[in-house]
Amino acid sequence: MSEITQQLPPVVEFPSLEKDSFDIRAIKNSTLTLMVWGIAIMASIPLFSVIFMLISEGGSRIDIEALTEIPPAGFETGGGFGNAIIGTFVMVGIASLISIPFGIMAALHLAILDPNSKLTTISRFLAKVLTGFPSILAGVFVYAVIVITTGTYSAWAGGVALAVLMLPTVTLAAEEAMRQVPQRMKDAAYGMGCTRTQVIMQVVLPTGLPGILTGVILAVAGAAGESAPLLFTALFSNYYMAELAEPTASLSILIYNFSGMPFDNQIELAWAASLVLVVLVLFFNILARVVGRSKFKE
Amino acid sequence: MVYDPFKHASSDRTLSAPPSAFDYMKDKVFRSFAYCCALAIILLVTYIVFELGSQALPAIKTYGLGFVTGTTWDANQREFGVLPEIWGTLYSSLIALAIGGVLGVGIAIFLTQSFVHAKLELVFRTIIELLAAIPSVVYGLWGIYVLIPLLRPVAQWFYETLGWFPFFGTELSGPGLAPASLVLAIMILPTVAAISADAFQRIPYKVKEAAYGMGATKWEVILKVMLPTASSGILAGLVLGFGRALGETMALAMLIGNVNNISLSLFAPANTLASLLASTFPEAGEIEVQALMYAALVLLAITFIVNIAGLAVQQYAMRKFEGKK
Repeated sequence: MSEITQQLPPVVEFPSLEKDSFDIRAIKNSTLTLMVWGIAIMASIPLFSVIFMLISEGGSRIDIEALTEIPPAGFETGGGFGNAIIGTFVMVGIASLISIPFGIMAALHLAILDPNSKLTTISRFLAKVLTGFPSILAGVFVYAVIVITTGTYSAWAGGVALAVLMLPTVTLAAEEAMRQVPQRMKDAAYGMGCTRTQVIMQVVLPTGLPGILTGVILAVAGAAGESAPLLFTALFSNYYMAELAEPTASLSILIYNFSGMPFDNQIELAWAASLVLVVLVLFFNILARVVGRSKFKE
Repeated sequence: MVYDPFKHASSDRTLSAPPSAFDYMKDKVFRSFAYCCALAIILLVTYIVFELGSQALPAIKTYGLGFVTGTTWDANQREFGVLPEIWGTLYSSLIALAIGGVLGVGIAIFLTQSFVHAKLELVFRTIIELLAAIPSVVYGLWGIYVLIPLLRPVAQWFYETLGWFPFFGTELSGPGLAPASLVLAIMILPTVAAISADAFQRIPYKVKEAAYGMGATKWEVILKVMLPTASSGILAGLVLGFGRALGETMALAMLIGNVNNISLSLFAPANTLASLLASTFPEAGEIEVQALMYAALVLLAITFIVNIAGLAVQQYAMRKFEGKK
């Protein structure tokens, strides 16, 4: 018996397993936690500050007159930005008509038809590079290609410049959405003897639709807020547009032009136009979120 | 009535039919069209580079590489140089990256390391995403009427007490580098946060569990395990955020002052390539337009290099955990 007692291990002092809030490690932990909370709150401030300013400065000027009248000249009072709202819608419309079909077709090739070829790899990579393409360069490019050739600033040129910026966003988002379509659904359709076009039309596009729509709506929202590419493609106009081949007003350029003016009336209108623009953009963003709840997200 | 499956299956109006020759033709046309669209993206990028290059060619021939090192921009003297703009572009983007990078990575940690309930996490995530949705001009307007008046007393204090320090060497007279960089930081923050958060989420859960199992505190896990593991993804986020900052135009054109000036001071006005284009292009004559095309080409080169580097790092980071989950 005495042999066994000798073999028992020596009694060890266990450290306390209670959390000691004043331990250096615990203090470090809570300080850092507090810090990221601070960062998260700090980063949210600008959004609320912008929205607060828009409502307090621009909200009072939003009325029928502001939404329908044409912009006032220097010392005039009143006026509005009706032509700019129409111009923004028209140019975003032109850009959507060009970039959405193009982007979705390209995405079909990248995601479904030939996902691993060399062309696809290069094309996808360049689309990613294009998402980081400075928006002003789209303006410079379209100025060189369209404005110089046709000899006039126009809504067409503005629309094409926006389309250049929308194209990669639409393509990459649509590709991502199409990839989410389960392979077994496509296999089932192929197994029944469908051609690839039939598989795309009957299976891939309908199932991938929420994701594709999200990408498209976000691209539209982004294009509506862009101003740099319109600066010297659509220029600006103080009147309602009569045709597509003339300088066209847009909300963002109006804000840019009016923000630097020394007249209170114009600055108020710039805030009001910003409010309209932000409401428009946020509406699209929220819409994209609502539509985009894909069925296949884990 | 008893349902008779044979009656339907044997009907001559059955839905299942092999594709007709017309279907095959449609398929071919459709696929070639998709092929052309994918090809068009490549052609578009090539055409952009080619078009800007050929428009800038006269200016390249006249000014050569001296354009990049010249410091004056004078349309009347036909003297063009973009060194101050390159300096302003890089300097403002670097400051924005320093601020936006710290905040962005902090937010990525906040959003992915379960600090708050999932619902509140979603709220913060949405706020950060909406931050990216606000148009650039609106930030510019906000900067002029909110940020600059707010920064003025702060800048004045820094100038008076620390004026000997080159960063605070001048007064903030209105527009300047500090407000421009701050707005830029807000604008790139969502990019950095989104890509870094993605990098954190890619880390297999067992990595974290192993560290917790050894008795590490939450922050020891984050700093010593998660951050190093996600580092390549975070780097990609930072580089891509930097690329965004380089090309940002409107907010900078409204806030930076558009003065050709190379200064270390945060409160001095400056200029960037993009805002030079925005502010001078509409009224430029033919010769100046050519010089501006050259400037656009320089901007294109800088942003493409930065973006391609960022994408390469991102690709590397994404492959890291493939098949290891």
